Amino acid sequence: MFRKAMLVRMLVIVAMISTLSAAFAGPAAAQDEIKLTMTCRCVADGVNSELVGWLLEHVIPTFEEAMAAEGKNVTVELVQFGGSDEQLKEQYALDLGVGGGYDLFSFDGFWVPEFVDAGLLQPLHTVAGDVVDEWEGWGHISEGIQAILGYQGERYGIAAGTDVREIFYRRDLFEEAGIEVPWQPTSWEEILEAGRILKEAGVETPIQINAGTAMGEATTMQGWDMVLLGAGQHMYDFDEGKWNVSSPAILDALNLYKTIYLDEELGDARLQLIADGRDRSFADFASGKIAILVEGDWFWRSAILSQMEEETRNEVVTWAKMPAKEPGAGFRGQDFVTISGGTGWVLNPNTDHPEEAWALLAHMSSQDMQLIWEEILPRINFRDDVPVAGDEVMSAMADELLPLTTVRPMLPDYAKVSYEAQLMTERVVSGEMSPEEAMEAYAEAVTDIVGEDNVIVIPVE
Amino acid sequence: MEKRPGVFSGKVGLTFLTPALFFVAIFLILPFFWIFYLSFTNRTLTGVTAANPQFVGLENYQRLFDFDQWMRYGQFGNALKITFQFVLGSALLGQAVVGLTVAWAFYRRKGLLRETVFTLAVLAWIIPEVVVAFAWSAFLDVDRGTLNTILSAVGLGQPDWLFDYPLLTIIIFNTWRGSAFSILLFSSALETIPPSYVETADVVGASAWRKFRDIIFPLMRGHILTDLILITLWTFNVFTPFLLTGGGPTFRTELVSIYTYRTAFKFFEFGRGGAIAVVMMLINFMLAMGYLIALRRQKAVS
Repeated sequence: MFRKAMLVRMLVIVAMISTLSAAFAGPAAAQDEIKLTMTCRCVADGVNSELVGWLLEHVIPTFEEAMAAEGKNVTVELVQFGGSDEQLKEQYALDLGVGGGYDLFSFDGFWVPEFVDAGLLQPLHTVAGDVVDEWEGWGHISEGIQAILGYQGERYGIAAGTDVREIFYRRDLFEEAGIEVPWQPTSWEEILEAGRILKEAGVETPIQINAGTAMGEATTMQGWDMVLLGAGQHMYDFDEGKWNVSSPAILDALNLYKTIYLDEELGDARLQLIADGRDRSFADFASGKIAILVEGDWFWRSAILSQMEEETRNEVVTWAKMPAKEPGAGFRGQDFVTISGGTGWVLNPNTDHPEEAWALLAHMSSQDMQLIWEEILPRINFRDDVPVAGDEVMSAMADELLPLTTVRPMLPDYAKVSYEAQLMTERVVSGEMSPEEAMEAYAEAVTDIVGEDNVIVIPVE
Repeated sequence: MEKRPGVFSGKVGLTFLTPALFFVAIFLILPFFWIFYLSFTNRTLTGVTAANPQFVGLENYQRLFDFDQWMRYGQFGNALKITFQFVLGSALLGQAVVGLTVAWAFYRRKGLLRETVFTLAVLAWIIPEVVVAFAWSAFLDVDRGTLNTILSAVGLGQPDWLFDYPLLTIIIFNTWRGSAFSILLFSSALETIPPSYVETADVVGASAWRKFRDIIFPLMRGHILTDLILITLWTFNVFTPFLLTGGGPTFRTELVSIYTYRTAFKFFEFGRGGAIAVVMMLINFMLAMGYLIALRRQKAVS
């Protein structure tokens, strides 16, 4: 008897709860408002704040108007993510893994293969239909730039642009130390020499070349790749389809790190090992503790502007090409080296509103919106009908470095190998291992990841 | 003795337990078996093995116990060693000793000082982790931190705490963070000791140390045991130091909990992460068994 009464009571409670929740859900469902969400590593007054301004003041209002003109009630919410790129990637993988996530999100090109292989991303036309292939914009985006967010011949998103890497240096500190400006080193030795003179002149730790796992991909691209390419090798041999894991070039590159951070202490090893080292390197560059810093053009157009006024930047900061170890000793026999990556935007395959999400992506990638974006932040645009506007430094970097550039291999194992490269530099600059030991540990770890048939070992004499 | 009937019948009792058991099953037991299963696969969150995970037998465990690289920075052996030092330093030497000292110092005392000390200790214990970590980061910052501002003002220099002494720093941090539990437990244990015992000792003129060794300690042994086991278990699984150091620099504060997180959620290696979790569960299980056995023995003695 008792049990039956209890059961009835519980049923009544369950029924009441479901009625109540239905009542609350009711009104919202009645309006056919479409809510889109988008996210990027961007925060108002913080990292990539220009992007927030462009999206909130230009892209989203005009998009909502355009939708309203079609009789659709669409609102777009921008979720600002303030963490690191690595944390953002983690968030995406977890969100997509459980079938959730934002409708539209910024995405780094080299994440694409592993996400696609896992089934977490779908080609754009699978998500949004034929309207994707009919988009006018594809005609204005080169194959190379389409490939930034492409994989195995499919398009997964639209790139927002590409970038190049170079040396930034402090014109004022160079002049004070008596080094002639403009400065263009033609070998590693000339970089070291400038470092020595600057240190003599009172610049505490003049050289910053990223190392260590804490800086993540910023170590691989801005640090390791720039040095290794200068030593004449790429992490991946595109012709053979194999990874370089042990070679004289790798050893040369590691020895440069050792010279800078340990032997001559021309750089601050601590910055490479602490959690927020990269941000601090920017702050140290702005305060004059660092005078030579290897970074991507993002540093020029965005990162440094959170440290100093644009006017000050134009006055004291300038750039030089990254030289090979010696003239002609670089990758493909080049005198100077650089490497490009690229980010962009992808559609969430789980979106409830694929049509509108695609419309938003197409709208923000339109010529009109990109021309406004170039006014806010001049950069190498992905559209050939949108030139770099109003920033001669940016234009010069693009003109001089794009012909020299190379890219990362688009392979699902890339992120793991890249981590091992970061760890290898960390082991050297922390003094845990000698360059030889670190290279051996790297070769072991990468062979373990990609398999013995996919590595190249070139003996060191 | 006649057995007293319970307020509720067994069936009603079971009915009341059902919701709790339901949640335990959903959130503890099912995930356990899921993780156990995962640990025998090469499942990842991204890449081909996310869509098509394969059974790999004991491979994940073999890698975990690959003794060639076992003690290298960032490997499992290294993480275990650091965890062991961390538990020894912050739980057994830190929290238990601080707890016992404070409780004994304020034994049978009242007043503002006691209330202040207890309140502060409890505050350190209950403030949310992120807030605490943020406060400590500000406190320890090498250039502008409160601690170094004070130290350099009295001419003691500016040590780089989180870089040069990372493990020591998180040990002190965790002692600070968790001592309240031991203080409270030992204080209430002391309350249960009849005052007459200590008063008698006073009459014969016993020193404070003799009183502690011969009267207080034997009577508190059970409480001390409970305290040690509980704080060992908690400290073994604690993750908060990650918010201070991220496990670095160069993995020198990588506790097993952080190692697990890094494997499973930074590299998305769910299979390997699962294997570490299973090993962790076994260690926890052994600690808990030791606790239960010791408690039973204690009861048998009294």
